[in-house]
Amino acid sequence: MLVVGELINTSRKHIREAVEAKDAAYIQRIAKEQVEAGADYLDINCGTRVFDEEETMAWLVNTVREVVQLPLCIDSPNPKALAVGLEFASSGQSMVNSISAEKERFESVLPLVQKYKTKVVALCMDDKGIPETAEDRLRVADKLISDLLAEGILQDDIYLDPLIKPLGVNNQYGVEVLDSVRSIHLKYPKIHFVCGLSNISFGLPERKLLNRAFMVMNIAVGMDAFILDPLDQSIMSMFGAARALAGQDEYCMEYITGVRAGRIKA
Amino acid sequence: MSDFKELSESVISGNFRVAKDLTQKMIDGGTDPGQIINEGLIAGMNVVAVRFKAGDMYVPEVMMSAKAMSIGIELVKPLIAASDIPSTGKIVIGTVSGDMHDIGKNLVVMMLESVGFSVVDLGVDVKPEAFVEAVKEHKPQIIGLSALLTTTMLNMKETLVALEAAGVREKVKVIVGGAPVTQAFCDQIGADGYAQDAAVASDLCKKLVG
Repeated sequence: MLVVGELINTSRKHIREAVEAKDAAYIQRIAKEQVEAGADYLDINCGTRVFDEEETMAWLVNTVREVVQLPLCIDSPNPKALAVGLEFASSGQSMVNSISAEKERFESVLPLVQKYKTKVVALCMDDKGIPETAEDRLRVADKLISDLLAEGILQDDIYLDPLIKPLGVNNQYGVEVLDSVRSIHLKYPKIHFVCGLSNISFGLPERKLLNRAFMVMNIAVGMDAFILDPLDQSIMSMFGAARALAGQDEYCMEYITGVRAGRIKA
Repeated sequence: MSDFKELSESVISGNFRVAKDLTQKMIDGGTDPGQIINEGLIAGMNVVAVRFKAGDMYVPEVMMSAKAMSIGIELVKPLIAASDIPSTGKIVIGTVSGDMHDIGKNLVVMMLESVGFSVVDLGVDVKPEAFVEAVKEHKPQIIGLSALLTTTMLNMKETLVALEAAGVREKVKVIVGGAPVTQAFCDQIGADGYAQDAAVASDLCKKLVG
């Protein structure tokens, strides 16, 4: 089970300002806080810097590298920015966020995954867009996974992102994801699943409550990685509890240790 | 409560069965169709838009209200000439080239239609040339460009360049939106307006045609 800390993202106001001011200390503080809160990977995303994304990526990765040993999740739809991030992200096995079954994206991102032997987030979409039905999602997932495996990527390095759409727009969008995760998990027991949680609650009140509940439901069907805010103690606590309940925490040691350390709290 | 007020209330509460019955009753009673739309249905949606923008109403509620309104409009439509259907303005909208995301764009379409705009929705992955063609064909006052990806938002600029090259840029206001888009980006590429969500988008459009 993995927690990918999502906070270093230039779409967030404080990070944007820190990047503009080249405030390395702030970036490093946020990086360290996420590590202390229990993140396993740190996501680095500066996609909003459309005119200098590569340069910003290099600066962010190097800045974080100075204070944190955790592996990084290099997050961009732009292969050039991914390449720069991976080059500087030296420690541990990096993660690429993301590849998809879109032809151009698949072909341009795959060589990076192979070259740096990374884990890879695989978005469940192709050139026709985001699948509308459960059947469609299964078809795209199947193609994406078998194409990655054919290219020598290990099942254990694939993190399928089913792509979550807002429940407020269609009340079946939550259960559709759960159904697809369950059935893909049966077919490919060794591949992993990852998602960002906040899309599910778009347009609804008390969003964090829905995010948390949805995370727990996903853990129950086999989702085992989440891109989230590790400084949000309530979601991290729920993560620790659900992980133990799903049989993913030997002797419940992570749970107990987390409670003792004050990270997991009712 | 006046009939119009009651009809507006049914739209606000998203009670489409009541909205349908009241609209039919008013039609049968000889109420002016234009008034049914303006003073009943759209008046209700205007309240919804304000509450949605203020965060007092949520997306599913707005969708129910929009459905109530459109059921009413469908009943009234056959009674009046297309040219007499009140229209706040005409908008061509689409998700830009290379981008398949449409949930946000669809919410904007819903809000715009709800406040009386006639909307031509070009769908997703809309090439710059297709926007140019649509401007020539539909002669809208506004074009709305949507993008969810940081890579595709640059195609908003491409679209502006294409409009310029075709000599139609001056004929329309161009507005932009989508998760990675900001006011600063809007200014940078020379678009005419930015809205962070569907409620603001409908206000922005009203202002631009007003």
